[in-house]
Amino acid sequence: MKQLLFFIKKEFFHVLRDSRTLVILFGMPIAQVVIFGFALTNEVKNSSIAILDQANDQTSSAIIDEISASRYFDVTSYLKTNAEIEQVFRKGKTRMVIVFPPQFEYELNHTNSATIQMIADATDPNIANTLVSYASVIVMDYQSQQTLQTLPLSIKTETKMLYNPQLKGSYSFVPGVMAMVLMLVGAMMTSISIVREKEIGTMEVILVSPIVPMRVIVAKMIPYLLLSMVNVVSILLISYYALDVPIAGNLFLLLAECFLFTLTALALGLFISSVAETQQTAMLISLMGLFLPTVMFSGFMFPIENMPIPLQVLSNLIPAKWFFYIVKDVMIMGNGFKQVWQETLILTIMLVVLLTISIKKFKVRLE
Amino acid sequence: MNDKISIEAHDLTKRFGDFTAVDAISFNVRKGEIFGFLGANGAGKTTAMRMLTGLSKPTSGSAVVAGFNLDLNPDKIKKTIGYMSQRFSLYEDLKVKENIRFYGGIYGLTDQQIKEKSEFMLQKLKLESNANSLVKSLPLGWRQKLAFSVAMLHDPSIIFLDEPTGGVDPVTRREFWNMIYEAANKGTTVFVTTHYMDEAEYCDRVSIMVDGRIEALDTPVKLVETYEVKTMADVFVKLARKATRSE
Repeated sequence: MKQLLFFIKKEFFHVLRDSRTLVILFGMPIAQVVIFGFALTNEVKNSSIAILDQANDQTSSAIIDEISASRYFDVTSYLKTNAEIEQVFRKGKTRMVIVFPPQFEYELNHTNSATIQMIADATDPNIANTLVSYASVIVMDYQSQQTLQTLPLSIKTETKMLYNPQLKGSYSFVPGVMAMVLMLVGAMMTSISIVREKEIGTMEVILVSPIVPMRVIVAKMIPYLLLSMVNVVSILLISYYALDVPIAGNLFLLLAECFLFTLTALALGLFISSVAETQQTAMLISLMGLFLPTVMFSGFMFPIENMPIPLQVLSNLIPAKWFFYIVKDVMIMGNGFKQVWQETLILTIMLVVLLTISIKKFKVRLE
Repeated sequence: MNDKISIEAHDLTKRFGDFTAVDAISFNVRKGEIFGFLGANGAGKTTAMRMLTGLSKPTSGSAVVAGFNLDLNPDKIKKTIGYMSQRFSLYEDLKVKENIRFYGGIYGLTDQQIKEKSEFMLQKLKLESNANSLVKSLPLGWRQKLAFSVAMLHDPSIIFLDEPTGGVDPVTRREFWNMIYEAANKGTTVFVTTHYMDEAEYCDRVSIMVDGRIEALDTPVKLVETYEVKTMADVFVKLARKATRSE
């Protein structure tokens, strides 16, 4: 036990004395949350839109009020004619024009249906999509408020639940960043720290010493496990306080799942360290073999459903994919363990398999 | 087993696939002896040393190290041997004191033992004022001497030194060898590989490996006589020329 403590202490010295490691460890997660957080929200927040209200009735003004009150939209101009739509887009700042047809309220009251036209600048299709869906949500929200007065209460709550997922979509960067950071810290840092000892020759001395190999592995993993959990907490704090991302589910479940995923990343790092002979190799394998797949196949940047079948199958092998599901479920949607036990089981199996292989390989190397 | 024997190797062999790195070597090393283990690059001396220190498993053959069988009691051997690798083996980003604590710790010394020993050691190396310096701030020669002292921290009965003086200046090398003599005088067996022939002459006995076999094993004086040359360097060159394989 004492041996272990000496070893762990030594690992902390390594981390704390290397400014580069510190920057990667603590700077990166913060930078990523901030970049992803603000980059993603800023673009959609305060978007300039224009309104062409041909109806000028009570309903249309009420909806316009709702839209301009939203923090996503900034109504910068009111148009008078159809011809102005093209002009206002050409000026470049306006991202969307909302058109209310004449007779809007009349149609709504007499046929129970009316149409609002939303014309978006689709040069950036993602933003256009987001804006249209946000605006639709506001309109539907208004509509449901109006029906509320005439219809029984039970219907309204269901509809409201449906609205939210679209808005929540923008929060998915938090689970994504968490997966990336934990993968990078866990796998890359651990593998580099082990391979570095191979490079400078201290590993040999350690292996000649009476310390049990299993303890070496544990001593190498514990510091990065702790640091990773520090990262998890700081990401959650920034997300919650600075970026208003909710933590809807059970915090302990969330932390436990993060712990599980960190262990998986550490096991991967251990595996890499048994394959790589130099720090550069370890870094390359971590980046190309782990980081890239994590970004591509976790579903965080690119929807997996849109990928060709072979890639979809491949994505199942990426631990980050399951972690991403879990965090999204627990943190954003507020689901409990019942909803994520399958993903948790998959991650656990991955962890056990990886750890077994890595420990075996680590021992083989000694002999 | 004779308790004057410290290392006993019997037909120790290591094969990597078709390649026989170490080919059935047998030798004895006496207690307190400085045993020089020589050979050209690729002759198999590092592999042989790795087997004796438990870093590599012999393909066949057996060895008794510090009274324990290599196959049966590798853990007991580990506690009684020290090892200093040819690559520098202290942590440069750790302080002198922290390095000592770490290595003392993994050898299971108590805090008290570590404290006493490190004070004594630093005093002897005249490094007291550097106890809190990072190892990387020390000159190479000092580091090498420190590494040797750290390898001796747990009073091993055998110390394995793998080219310990590579890249060190002649003065420091001399000082380093004084430390080796001192250890040997206290009864520690010193098993050392080197490429410096003057160092070979400092050894009590020397073995020269060629192509995975021990070609010659005797005191430096006798070797020079047997091969009818003037210096150990001549002996080495004469033998190493026989090698049919290169690195």
